[in-house]
Amino acid sequence: MPKLSIDGTEVEVADGTTVLRACEQAGVEIPRFCFHERLSIAGNCRMCLVEQVGVPKPVASCAMPVTEGMQILTQSERVQAAREGVMEFLLVNHPLDCPICDQGGECDLQDQALYYGRVRSRFREAKRAVSDKDFGPLVKTVMTRCIHCTRCVRFMDEVAGVPELGTMGRGEDMEIVAALEGCLHSELAGNVVDLCPVGALTSKPYAFAARPWELSHTESVDVLDGAGSAIRIDARDGRVLRVLPRVNEDINEEWIGDRSRHAVDGLAVRRLDQPWLRRNGAFEPVSWDAALAAVATALQDAAPARTAALAGDLVGLEGMAALADLMRARGVASVDCRQDGGAVGAGVPASWRFNATIAGIDRADAVLLVGTNPRREAPVINARIRRRWRATGIPIARIGPAIDLTYPVTELGDGPDALAELARGTHPFVAALGQARYPLIVVGSGALARADGAVILGLARQVAEAADAARADWNGFSVLQRCAARAGGLELGMVPAEGGLDSRGMVSAANEGGLDFLYLLGADEIDPEAFRDTFTVYQGHHADRGARRADVLLPAAAYTEQEATYVNTEGRPQRARPAHPPPGGARPDWKIPVALAARMGSPLPYDSLAGLWRRIEAAHPHLAEIGQLPPPAPLTSFGDAGGELDGAPFTEVVPDYYRTCPISRASATMAACARAVADA
Amino acid sequence: MTGDADLFPGPDRDEAERILGRYPQEHRQSAVLPLLDLAQRRHGGWLPAAVVDAVGDYLGMPSMRVRELVTFYSMFHDRPVGRYLVQVCRTTPCWLRGSDEVLAAARQELGIAPGETTPDGDFTLIEVECLGACADAPVVQINDDFHERLDGGQMRAWIHAHRGPKEG
Ligand code: SF4
Ligand code: FES
Ligand code: FES
Repeated sequence: MPKLSIDGTEVEVADGTTVLRACEQAGVEIPRFCFHERLSIAGNCRMCLVEQVGVPKPVASCAMPVTEGMQILTQSERVQAAREGVMEFLLVNHPLDCPICDQGGECDLQDQALYYGRVRSRFREAKRAVSDKDFGPLVKTVMTRCIHCTRCVRFMDEVAGVPELGTMGRGEDMEIVAALEGCLHSELAGNVVDLCPVGALTSKPYAFAARPWELSHTESVDVLDGAGSAIRIDARDGRVLRVLPRVNEDINEEWIGDRSRHAVDGLAVRRLDQPWLRRNGAFEPVSWDAALAAVATALQDAAPARTAALAGDLVGLEGMAALADLMRARGVASVDCRQDGGAVGAGVPASWRFNATIAGIDRADAVLLVGTNPRREAPVINARIRRRWRATGIPIARIGPAIDLTYPVTELGDGPDALAELARGTHPFVAALGQARYPLIVVGSGALARADGAVILGLARQVAEAADAARADWNGFSVLQRCAARAGGLELGMVPAEGGLDSRGMVSAANEGGLDFLYLLGADEIDPEAFRDTFTVYQGHHADRGARRADVLLPAAAYTEQEATYVNTEGRPQRARPAHPPPGGARPDWKIPVALAARMGSPLPYDSLAGLWRRIEAAHPHLAEIGQLPPPAPLTSFGDAGGELDGAPFTEVVPDYYRTCPISRASATMAACARAVADA
Repeated sequence: MTGDADLFPGPDRDEAERILGRYPQEHRQSAVLPLLDLAQRRHGGWLPAAVVDAVGDYLGMPSMRVRELVTFYSMFHDRPVGRYLVQVCRTTPCWLRGSDEVLAAARQELGIAPGETTPDGDFTLIEVECLGACADAPVVQINDDFHERLDGGQMRAWIHAHRGPKEG
């Protein structure tokens, strides 16, 4: 623990701390461009110069380790002069185009120039100009503004694991280029925009849309995958203009996936903003009153045994809880939150959660991936696995199709037979898992949605138990839920009651004419054709698949327009907050079943969000602990290991990362990304 | 350009292995500069993109990292060069000692500007920064040899002597 003095104050820091970090710990801010705490140290911008007493030249604090007795000055005249010199060099070739630059108002260079820039330039020569590059649909480049900090290059190399950016040439001729023009092949590429300290890389979909000071900022959570990344929603005039990541060290650190960031243009199109009723085959706009009346009549007419409700992938706890209460009050047993047909997840929390926790990946020392492609199902989780691999080279094996995950994987086979072998202990990878102190077994939600999902779940549990992966201090059995709603629905117990139909059952019952009434709560990933003869109500925000065959459309708020709780794959409840009110006549999800119940003369026992929360909390206390992990769940026996395995190989469950839900399917940006990937 | 065999045929294979042997196995990538040099010598003095990628594959490096090196170091060429690569130093010591005259002589005698190659493909002329031999300025490096304390006349004479089909 070396001691040093910073501007005359003694501080003690951990071994290996750099001067810049030591200064931060002492509360002294050091300007920087190239340094980033989550990337390797490059030491190329020189903005972080400080004075070390007794050393003739200023030192780059980001790259300088602290040594005992060092005396650092950060406010001396020499430091000021040195930084002014660096700034002057940086500005030599930097264009003075702040008025037309999207980074304006949130630009590190602009901010630092205020403190270290000269009022007038002494540079009389021609500035260099660099041709712009095509980094694909998300990242706009204005390369003349680049200061060659190489943050973008290091991010792609180190975090994204897709080394497609690089520096060409040297000195005045240096340029940042992409391996292939037109596309960066990473689900995390959008993060380079946040990292670029200047306006060289800006958001293409957000180009010239707004100035940062015009936007309202709403702290929320992402619901476009199951990780529950922390986001900030920037909106203006009732419209979401962009989504940025917030720091949450336990989940997304400070990255988010490109779909989470850029699908939001889909929120403005194909919206259901008023109720519709199908009359004689065609939709007609109607009042809420008329729509609710139609639904109430149909629901009252249908026998409970021929009635069903299905929740989709983007809905929060509140909407599901209200709908489930409505159905339960009518004696309907057929409710389900697993439109993917997942047959697992009733009763035992450990069987659907990512028990190891996302931060727990940092401890894992052997990883087995079963029927999952974390790169597409949760890019921020994949980035964590990659980081763990980079730091320690842990063994990672996979059962499932061979797809590049940005780290080396041992392929154990693409079908569940390999899992059965592991469970029997006859597979060589058993040894690697057995030797590991913190073995991590990640089971994909797609693998569990197969007809033999229950068997797979049971086999995976056996593998975990054999590897001693479920102990008091570590539970490595982890299900990766790829949808934001799923874990919440399972925690609430939104699964069929005794004798009820699950989503598969609903489809076959409907096909056989055995279903009279179906309530789809934002459920779009099922084939609506099955319900052609069923009176179908679709509550949701987009005119997507679920709305196609419906008889009544009830417009609801999207996740950026209502307060709602989402439980991430770890079982951690988090709250999404509205950035603006829902469009037109759309209403928050929970209010619609409540209004319907009231209309039918049997009101639910709450009529406010607070009342609904109290009800959820009474039944599930941990769902009220917003932001907290649930208490650890024991790995009790679950999964029907005795059933029949269907030898079919696992398939890619997210063939198109960019379009997985009604919002992303409505997004022109996501369509452009999918095209760019397909073309490249 | 697939596989190491085409990249380093015959005896070069041994040379490549010898170079690799100088570095610990887990730092195999440290051999990238000498291997690029070897590859460049075997491919007519320059590095086509396919060769660069092959060196990356050989060492298990992303091709982007290798391309960066090729463009960073002035000794690597990503475009074809002539049989003789004439590199005239223009940094201050050489300039003070008459590099302008040497360069002018070369330009005139070859009929090309710096950065160009003669139509017969024999000579490429480029200007470079300090070659590290300032004591004997002005300096011109031609392929692997330094030609020191030159003047315009000597530059001209050298070009004369190496014109035509003669091997050098
Ligand atoms: S584009 Fe931005 S992040 Fe990348 S090197 Fe240039 S300034 Fe740095
Ligand atoms: S921040 Fe230290 S050199 Fe860039
Ligand atoms: S200046 Fe020409 S060799 Fe150094």
